Amino acid sequence: MPSHDVLIIGAGLAGQRAALAAADAGASVAIISKVHPVRSHSVAAAGGINAALNPEDSWESHAFDTVKGSDYLGDQDAIEVMCREAPDEILWLEHAGVTFHRNGSGHLGTRAFGGASQARTYYVADITGQAILHVLYEQLMKHHEQVDRYEEWFTTTLLQDADGGCSGCVARDIRTGRLEIFNAKSVILASGGAGQAFRPTTNALICTGDGIAQAYRVGAPLMDMEMIQYHPTTLAENGFLITEGARGEGAHLYNAQGERFMERYAPNKLELASRDVVSRAEQTEINEGRGFPDGTIALDITKVPRKRTLEALREIVNIGKDFAGVDITREPIHIKPGMHYIMGGVKTDVDGQTPIPGLYAAGEVACVSVHGGNRLGANSLLDTLIFGRRSGEHAAARARGVAMPKAPAAVLRDAQGEIDAILARDGAGRRVSEIKTELGETMNQYVAVFRDAEGLSHALEVVRRLKEEAPKAAIDDKGSVFNQDVLAAIELGYMLDVAETIVLAAQERKESRGAQFRTDFPERDDAEWLHHITVSRGDDGAPRLATAPVTITKWQPQERTY
Amino acid sequence: MAEYTLKLRRYDPQSGEAPYYEEFQVDLEPHRSVLEAILKVRGEQDGSVGIRCSCRAAICGSCGVRINGRAGLACHTHLDHAATSGVNADGRTILVEPMGNMPVIKDLIVDMDAVHWKKIQRVTPWLINKQPVPEREYVVPHENMVDVTQTMACIQCGACVSDCLSMEVDPLFVGPAASAKAYRFVGDPRDAEQYERLKDLAEDPHGIYDCTHCFNCIEACPKGVAPMSQIMRLRRVSSADHEIEDRNNGYRHEHAFVKNIRRNGLLHEADLVPDSYGGKLHPRAVPELISSLPTVVRGLQRGKMTPAKALLHQHKAPKEVKRIFDVIEGRDQRLELNLYISGTEDDESEAQA
Repeated sequence: MPSHDVLIIGAGLAGQRAALAAADAGASVAIISKVHPVRSHSVAAAGGINAALNPEDSWESHAFDTVKGSDYLGDQDAIEVMCREAPDEILWLEHAGVTFHRNGSGHLGTRAFGGASQARTYYVADITGQAILHVLYEQLMKHHEQVDRYEEWFTTTLLQDADGGCSGCVARDIRTGRLEIFNAKSVILASGGAGQAFRPTTNALICTGDGIAQAYRVGAPLMDMEMIQYHPTTLAENGFLITEGARGEGAHLYNAQGERFMERYAPNKLELASRDVVSRAEQTEINEGRGFPDGTIALDITKVPRKRTLEALREIVNIGKDFAGVDITREPIHIKPGMHYIMGGVKTDVDGQTPIPGLYAAGEVACVSVHGGNRLGANSLLDTLIFGRRSGEHAAARARGVAMPKAPAAVLRDAQGEIDAILARDGAGRRVSEIKTELGETMNQYVAVFRDAEGLSHALEVVRRLKEEAPKAAIDDKGSVFNQDVLAAIELGYMLDVAETIVLAAQERKESRGAQFRTDFPERDDAEWLHHITVSRGDDGAPRLATAPVTITKWQPQERTY
Repeated sequence: MAEYTLKLRRYDPQSGEAPYYEEFQVDLEPHRSVLEAILKVRGEQDGSVGIRCSCRAAICGSCGVRINGRAGLACHTHLDHAATSGVNADGRTILVEPMGNMPVIKDLIVDMDAVHWKKIQRVTPWLINKQPVPEREYVVPHENMVDVTQTMACIQCGACVSDCLSMEVDPLFVGPAASAKAYRFVGDPRDAEQYERLKDLAEDPHGIYDCTHCFNCIEACPKGVAPMSQIMRLRRVSSADHEIEDRNNGYRHEHAFVKNIRRNGLLHEADLVPDSYGGKLHPRAVPELISSLPTVVRGLQRGKMTPAKALLHQHKAPKEVKRIFDVIEGRDQRLELNLYISGTEDDESEAQA
């Protein structure tokens, strides 16, 4: 059974960055991913990565924008860490080989992004996530002697030692179906978000909340789970993302009456207000009958010079052409708000540590919380890299003082038993895909841009019914080689756990802040609700709600306008 | 809605059976993707259908398959297009098979590690930093970064590897994807080892001179990376900028070819072989000419050439050919086509209008 100082689960940007940092600190490292690392969903991040690297810019300005963007729910100590360390991280990436856009003098150039007071977004055309992810993978190939890669291995369970600390995991080699124990002194979860609990979503099919649910199941508290980001520009039919970079480059939003309606909602920042504000404005226009008949808004990119669009927004030119039949350089494209990101996740400190000893989390799976009620565009890549690196460094340092755990073989039998039970299902239940669709459509209807008590309690009812149905869901594939059917059944369980915590936290927060807008409590209420909501799994398996204070250092809450 | 017949190549390695084809009926709008149709089959009819997929939007590179015999991404191919293209297209049936040149693991899933990733690792796929590493960023021209962004756009889906004809003949060929990856460093002004990388790939008998210009990789690539163009650029930088005379004779062949056209206007094959080896009397050329004899004899037997035509080549390059040479050689720098700057001409005309 493989044993490593640091075990990383998930190989997107957070995981790969953590692996490189831990290896650099001298640790033996393994990185496990259920897909090949370059398939990770970080690849889809389009627009860029924020940093106050320009001499005229300052980390304080970046931090204030982030705090304001979070609707004052972000922890300011963590935001300070992220924004202070951002410039060095950009330079580290540049030296590692990322082909960042250069300005006319050959220096790093920036573009404007939503909710930011300066143009501080560094980018590679509109494939920034892809470019960084592939360059980090280049570095993993370079450091193959320090980092063991387990590609296409599916983690089924986190392991705990007698004291409750995390001591590794059990994972299934997807290619053979073989289960293996991975012992580790420190474990870093970096397995991304849970967008597939919503339908449609911009998220990839692999974003099924695995890490969030795995941590929850071993008792780690989740935080800010009610904060679900709806991105303002997604394609109506399939939820595909049109990057915020489009608006950063100068695209406008119009309703069906040809009105540039953002003038009414955010007179200063217009289309570049923060995402919750723009999505709410669009949804209001649509709900009040000023949208197009298909329930959409027009995004007009023809404002951007064609050459610039082809050079800097090439990917969405293709997406428009291939998936909507629209030449975005010639005509507007119809969009609407769509589920995009989960601000919440496994509660961590600024070194990625969860309250479970030896268990870390970084990236979208985690909640530090730097995004609070609403994440700014181009802050998520930064979050993955800064806290991925810090987790890797801290986990490596921690490993130096800990003995290598050795899990008993019994855990393997238990894990195999669970898989066998899925394989042995009689086929009488509903299909996994059917349950997943009902979950996604329910979440997207009742736990979306606008929420209220009635809708949320209906959503909770549905989720709890689906949780009853899921363990009986039918399976066709009984084989062991690339049995994706079994994995989908396990993922369904993860998504349902995550969905339940999302609905519970949204019910609990009886105010409107950031991405949470309650039509029955339309105001922000700092006196009652300026704190985080956490959800943990009790010993009886039932979720427990609690609160955690928001760290406020320099910036006192004020009214939020754009 | 329209009805499509999805004909999938199935293979279960645990069954002991040979691969077989299975048909599924799917109802979907014509502009939906082949991947959506496969996922519908998996969700509603048979959960055991194996295909890698993740983003659904042609970014992650997971769902490379062969559709009606040609490699591409399932998520990036519309059903109506798939049903009407290919040799046996009937407007309804869509044949989906695993990619070529790689071993099949199950159904539509191939072993990319065994071929694709092994070749990527062959080209030292990481930046070797020019020293000293600056305190801040490397200051490099905007154009260079746009230029290498074309190869950074590669999503490692393997479609080009699947349909590479050279690799079918020579499995050791470094191949289109890895060559594009190599250009990503060769074209990057921050890399310290441009010469070493090129020398390595030029000297390798399975390197950049192993490509036969069939264009399949350019056709297959869903991201416009144009791997063959990157291979040609590697050759141009190797031969024109570094004058790397490789043992595969790629360099001399290229120069002989250009010389041949400059002189004759049309390609004169009988001169090309000896010229590629330094001329008819060059010691290198003699064994090469002898080894070409069977081909020559076959050509004569079948009337593809006559001794007179072969030896007394009369065609002389017209002045148009000379003008092309003059214009191209008169330029200060080579013009290279690039996906990310393709809008230029269009904009100039718009600006004038």
